[in-house]
Amino acid sequence: MMIFNPDPSSVRQMPTLAPDWPGGFWWHWLLFTVIIIAFVLLLVMGYIWLERRAMGRMQARLGPNRAGPFGLLQPVADALKVMLKEDIVPVNADKIVHLLAPIIAFAPVLIIFAVVPFANGALLADLNIGIVFVVAISSISTLGVFMAGWGSSNKYSLLGAMRNVASVVSYEIPVVLSIAGVVLITGSLSMNQIVLAQEIPFILLQPLGFLIFFIGGCAEINRSPFDLLEADSEIVAGFHTEYSGMKFAMFYLVEYAEALVISALITTLFLGGWRGPILPPWLWFLVKVMVVFFVMVWTRTTLPRVRIDQLMALAWKFLFPLALLNLFITGIEILAWPTAIAWLIPVNIAVMVILVLLWSKLFKLGWGRVEV
Amino acid sequence: MTLKTEPFVLNVGPQHPSTHGVFRMRATLDGEVVVDIEPIFGYLHRGIEKLAEERTYTGVIPLTDRLDYLSSMANNLGYCLAVEKLAGIPVPERAQYIRVIMAELQRIASHLIAVGAFLNDCGAFMTPIVYMIREREKILDLFDMVCGQRLTYNYMRPGGVSQEIPDEFLPALDKFLKQMPGWIDEYDQLLKENEILLARSKGVGTLSQELAISISASGPVLRGSGIKWDIRRADPYSIYERFEFDIPTGTVGDCYDRYRVRVEEMRQSLRILEQARQQIPGGEFRSKVPHLIRPPVGETYAHIEAPKGELGFYLVSDNSIAPYRCHVRAPSLLNVTALRDLMIGWKIADLILIFGSMDICMGEIDR
Repeated sequence: MMIFNPDPSSVRQMPTLAPDWPGGFWWHWLLFTVIIIAFVLLLVMGYIWLERRAMGRMQARLGPNRAGPFGLLQPVADALKVMLKEDIVPVNADKIVHLLAPIIAFAPVLIIFAVVPFANGALLADLNIGIVFVVAISSISTLGVFMAGWGSSNKYSLLGAMRNVASVVSYEIPVVLSIAGVVLITGSLSMNQIVLAQEIPFILLQPLGFLIFFIGGCAEINRSPFDLLEADSEIVAGFHTEYSGMKFAMFYLVEYAEALVISALITTLFLGGWRGPILPPWLWFLVKVMVVFFVMVWTRTTLPRVRIDQLMALAWKFLFPLALLNLFITGIEILAWPTAIAWLIPVNIAVMVILVLLWSKLFKLGWGRVEV
Repeated sequence: MTLKTEPFVLNVGPQHPSTHGVFRMRATLDGEVVVDIEPIFGYLHRGIEKLAEERTYTGVIPLTDRLDYLSSMANNLGYCLAVEKLAGIPVPERAQYIRVIMAELQRIASHLIAVGAFLNDCGAFMTPIVYMIREREKILDLFDMVCGQRLTYNYMRPGGVSQEIPDEFLPALDKFLKQMPGWIDEYDQLLKENEILLARSKGVGTLSQELAISISASGPVLRGSGIKWDIRRADPYSIYERFEFDIPTGTVGDCYDRYRVRVEEMRQSLRILEQARQQIPGGEFRSKVPHLIRPPVGETYAHIEAPKGELGFYLVSDNSIAPYRCHVRAPSLLNVTALRDLMIGWKIADLILIFGSMDICMGEIDR
């Protein structure tokens, strides 16, 4: 059952390493650094535009439509405005921590893209531990957020930062377990190998894993309905209440860059990465990333926010057991049928539906109160 | 070893995105849990009751607009009923019907904001409130038609209303009545049975019947606790005894019940509007009232079922052209006294949610 690529053998024969650039590794490094920075910054602008426009449409209003055609230049105007703003540092703030926080939060997001393939072999470094690298680096952003909350000397900021640490620590576990299912099928930790192994996109082979990764990923980067760390109706603006000017812009950038990371990871791990017919690979990658992000915007406009104890309960009582079960079932399937993969699609989807329904009977959001 | 700890005092408001005006709560927290809370208000005090003593009876009406600015028509009605009772002014049939139509439209408009703001406090990012403001806009257009104002209407007068409704008003009202039930269904589809909303609001901030009665709560807050008490039925004023409508009540008195009661009340208001639209007679829109009203010496109290609860006006006359004393029984002020009992033991997120479900208007609390 070939979903995307008519001839899988042709893909396997392609070189998995980057072509040898004139000048060797350093040219390769320079080129991809530029590509990654441009990609992240441009796509973040695209994301901001897409989110504001899509949200406007869903909320029966227009959204930004003054700057440029369809308001496309709105993010540029926003960036210019924010750079001209006064940079305010609270008197009681820990100045160094306050200054470092946005930088520490932003750097890891760029680093993650070093291992995300934009096309076959087109990545900065094809690490053989690619996905472990991603998991390790992505947690550093939390440190930046907590520094912001602590360094601002504002109670709302501190509350937001506390919530962020709690949610990241809890959601890391189901997320990593759902990645483990993918790694089991692939037999490799390299991101490029994971994409190459997806003759059938893993969303079909690992539907439950995809669900857990999507929910957990949204919770980790604090997208709605898990946006407790900057819940505007409760704790004003959360950890970045005291930030203004360019430092605020950095946090704004981090928020969308993290959404970009999660969409890129979902695309790579579950949606077949850059693979697809007719269109060039990088365009497929872009389209899939945008589709994933659109789903995030959709949920943001639709769902109310969960409470902190419900957030914890969802991680530990719902996602964690399901992720374990998913890993267990995947392991059995791989031991029993190492090759007959296409046949497992309906089985896995049925298993997902049954498990989720069963667990929903046991678990209601308001059912268990977990003290934080 | 035990670490030294101290209570975490969080100052919510008066400038906060969801305190619905300038309300302030000093919350003492243990982690995320609210241990103690002290509601503080008075930031919007304008001395309306004192100002009323300096004005003629008709001149007070614009002041009542500024009480609960989301339901100015209801405030007008309550005040005019009190003056009519004090001075014995008759009201023509047609004016009675126009008043009921305005009051019920105002109830829908106020509940739209209440429900939208409640869902917004719940964290549904802007979507519900934008939808509901879109519908409220249609009601404001209707009000704009009859009195040229969109927020502070100053429309009703002792003895009737200030001017005849224009010809295009009734067709526009018909159109609105046709569309509105579909819109209410749309809101219900949006969030009525959403798992997150249920988890957030069911069983949260339960107001027991005893507490509700002892703080003399009224309006949807009281009915959410399951007490069938509506001034329109309990002590009918104007012409409410002529209309058929039900009084929706909740069961346990949690945030979800208060939200559902408001949505159901919008449906009942539509029923009243349908009947009033069909029965509206011709005739005078205002009886002959002297320019300066001089009620005989005495005092009176008139109350109506305003969108937020029992709105009462207590007037004392010394036979001059201005009231000797004008006191407002503001439903929001009495409902807000339940806050401390409801909030202790819940989390910060619930604190905002419970506050949103009370539907409080600061203009009325501080006066």
